Amino acid sequence: MNTIWIIARMTFREAIRRRIVLTGLVLGVLFLIVYSVGFHMIYIEISRENARDATAFARIAQKEMSSFLLMAGLYAVAFLSVAMGALLSADTLAGEISSGTIQTILAKPLRRSDVVLGKWLGFAGLLALYFLLMAGGAVLSAFLQAGYTPPNLLVGLTLIYLEALLVMTVALAGSSAMSALATGGMVFGLYGLAFIGGWIEQIGAIFGNQTAVQVGIVTSLIIPSEAMWRRATFEMSTPLASALQMSPFTTLSVPSSLMVVYALLYLAAMLALAVRTFQKRDI
Amino acid sequence: MTIPAIETDQLRKVFGDTTAVKGLTLQVAQGEVFGFLGPNGAGKTTSMKMLLGLVAPTSGKAFLLGAPVGDRPTLARVGFLPEHFRFQEWLTASEFLQLHGELLGMERQALKARQDELLERVGLTAFRGKLLRTFSKGMLQRIGLAQALLNRPALVFLDEPTSGLDPVGRLLVRDIIHELRRDGTCVFLNSHLLSEIEVTCDRVAFIRHGEVVRLLDLGSMGQDSATVTIRLAGLTPGMTAGLRRWSDEIHTNAEELTLTVRSEEHVPEINQYLVAQGARVYAIKPARMSLEEIFIATVGKDGGL
Repeated sequence: MNTIWIIARMTFREAIRRRIVLTGLVLGVLFLIVYSVGFHMIYIEISRENARDATAFARIAQKEMSSFLLMAGLYAVAFLSVAMGALLSADTLAGEISSGTIQTILAKPLRRSDVVLGKWLGFAGLLALYFLLMAGGAVLSAFLQAGYTPPNLLVGLTLIYLEALLVMTVALAGSSAMSALATGGMVFGLYGLAFIGGWIEQIGAIFGNQTAVQVGIVTSLIIPSEAMWRRATFEMSTPLASALQMSPFTTLSVPSSLMVVYALLYLAAMLALAVRTFQKRDI
Repeated sequence: MTIPAIETDQLRKVFGDTTAVKGLTLQVAQGEVFGFLGPNGAGKTTSMKMLLGLVAPTSGKAFLLGAPVGDRPTLARVGFLPEHFRFQEWLTASEFLQLHGELLGMERQALKARQDELLERVGLTAFRGKLLRTFSKGMLQRIGLAQALLNRPALVFLDEPTSGLDPVGRLLVRDIIHELRRDGTCVFLNSHLLSEIEVTCDRVAFIRHGEVVRLLDLGSMGQDSATVTIRLAGLTPGMTAGLRRWSDEIHTNAEELTLTVRSEEHVPEINQYLVAQGARVYAIKPARMSLEEIFIATVGKDGGL
């Protein structure tokens, strides 16, 4: 346990020293500023319209627009977090094996599993901080400007974090077996697969095409990251948007809670795979 | 009987269809400074990595300080400086030693004191707060060496420890190895620098294709011992066996016989013996060979390729 902690701390320090944290922070803040300005300008337009026509319908439209803007922001945050997770861990084991820095570490009295778990924990922490900054910033911006808070906020954010964590873990497993570039290629390939599978499932649901829906479910089984995003949008959608299915961020074919359980098991299995591959690897 | 520092039995490693280490059988005593010599690609680094648990052997057995390789409590008593020493360059020298000391499970106070001592010993005290990124190759090797000695190991593996060093750095490494020997530490040294090996090692093994082709006690390569090359015809295996009474180090190739004898006084006796056994002796050249000559004679000019 102690070793896991030492490695996790080392991972954190590495991210700080190699300016990964600084870069993430600066660009994250920039993102939030642009997002808030955009939100502000659109919100003013809607408010002006509403001032002329203060009906109940206008108030609902205002709320729906806030919801739409927030989900759009969170969609970008989810993508950035996934990319951050993949980039953080794709190079870690692969890079240290190829450079040889891992050799003096592994010649110490420790378990190789502790190294993998320590790194995972370190990255999970870094990713949590990044996600909290980005998603928290977007939610706060919507709340301060429009007084809007989505339903099931905590559940929704947890699911989006789970999406990023999942991709990060897949990258770590890849990194224990392959080069950083091959890992990156694999992870983004899988991400793309999940993305397109998700859309096929959505469109299939509109036309009631069961085969298309099943294609989507199968891709979710291959990598359940996108399914977590869609479950999150389902949780955080306003009841009206869900009923009318009127925005790209509402979900027509909702991943079941069983899929969430599957995603958790998938994550655990990927972590176990990372440990196992690394244990067997000749350094 | 004391436990050997290193003991291997037919240790073998195959990568795909390449045999990196064919069958390494070796025993190194505690407190011994042991040189592991061989041409590039002879399997030296792979052998060392197997002993450290970094590479899993395909077959065979190996023990460090009496425990099977990979035993964690034993690794706490082992030090290692890898060949292409690449370290966490985003750490300062002091943080680097701290990290490795923590991974060794060292006590905070003991680690602090040991860190100061080693930084002083390798001449890096003034650079303790500097990032390793800013270090020269020689400085990295020094800090790597300090890292290998943090836990006052009973057994240290040094893979080409002087390859990147200037003469001053080399002298430092040599002195440190002498100190380690004095303190009873076993040092296992991989090197191509034969002159270095000659002055530091008690015993050397010549490796070719991942096998020990020759073991040489450098201590007995003293004043009296000599290497003799005999050009002859009609050598039989029986004669070679008979020659063992004068020498443990016998090599034959085509029409030549090379053997190391304890004293030049034995040369006439050997001649007499060979002639009596029916060999035709054309030339006998006693020569005190340098380690380099022995190396070439043992692994061949092709470097074993």
